[in-house]
Amino acid sequence: MMLLRLFIEFFKTGLFSVGGGMATLPFLYAMSEKTGWFTQAQLADMIAVSESTPGPIGVNMATYVGYITAGIPGAVIATIGLITPSVIVILIVSRFLQQFRRNRYVDAAFYGLRPCSVGLIAAAGFLVLKISLLNIPAFSSSGSLADLFNLKAIVLAAVLLVLTRFVKKTKGLHPIWFILASAAIGVMFSF
Amino acid sequence: MNILAQLFFSFAKVGVMTFGGGYAMLPVLQREVAENKHWATDEELMDYYAVGQCTPGVIAVNTATFVGKKEAGILGGIAATLGVVFPSLVIITVIAAVLTGFADIAAVKSAFAAIRVCVCVLIFNSVVKLWKKAVTDKATIFMCLAVFVLSVFLDVSPIVYVLVCAAAGIGLTQAGVREK
Repeated sequence: MMLLRLFIEFFKTGLFSVGGGMATLPFLYAMSEKTGWFTQAQLADMIAVSESTPGPIGVNMATYVGYITAGIPGAVIATIGLITPSVIVILIVSRFLQQFRRNRYVDAAFYGLRPCSVGLIAAAGFLVLKISLLNIPAFSSSGSLADLFNLKAIVLAAVLLVLTRFVKKTKGLHPIWFILASAAIGVMFSF
Repeated sequence: MNILAQLFFSFAKVGVMTFGGGYAMLPVLQREVAENKHWATDEELMDYYAVGQCTPGVIAVNTATFVGKKEAGILGGIAATLGVVFPSLVIITVIAAVLTGFADIAAVKSAFAAIRVCVCVLIFNSVVKLWKKAVTDKATIFMCLAVFVLSVFLDVSPIVYVLVCAAAGIGLTQAGVREK
């Protein structure tokens, strides 16, 4: 039963996430809230692992969630669930590839879908921000604003932001280097 | 070697050599699929990519299905797709198994607390990149912000936003609101 539910949840994710790996993120957050199979903190860890290992991010995330939820069979079923809609849609579309590309309704739908995908990913990013840069449990127990902000984390975020966006030498580097450096800093400064 | 086995192994190779999927995969695909195997030309690959972005699911998977289908029909599509996800299945399962065993160690917890900060920044950067491609006029600015604010505050399935925005995209284009 668990495996069937995993398959259905990931089938839905594969069917409705448009625009690549990160687009699966909002669906995984919704899944975490709805099913309780994994926590939002675990999900943030999964993103880091998926970014630092070979393979498409969306597939990596599905495998990881599936494994956490139901072991190796779960990993296999979640991954197959995610890719099944793609395979079906592409097998159909490949018959009339050119017409599909030039179809004005498809183009118009994507005019709306692209900003939607950005908004959804940004909202998922906001959830990661809430658990990583803010300390809501400490804030709600003490009520002091100084407890709300996780200062060490905010400094690290600011440094990473500058390094990934503005410093010429580092901004082209693969994310895996920033993830590894963050891990080392986390251990050194006991985050 | 049988064509199905060739498709499986070639795409498994692409899967192993891609970090991050999406555009990171294109050069690897070009070398393996276009130069080594001659299964598709560079132009065809670009077409598959474009359609892969306009169809549901992971772009790498969509491209694998296209190439496999073209070479060896439906079974070819399935073989190539299984190939591209196979390395992820093996690697991620091993990592997940190892990590769940170590998750309670203090140093591992600290490492992941800092990694989450990094993930935050990485997501922000991909949002900025996607924003530049997706948000082209006033209507798309509005849709993007509305989806963001609503999904932060409301507990509604992302599917709802996807369906409403697809319909809005068609409606706004038909009504001539869309700016070229």
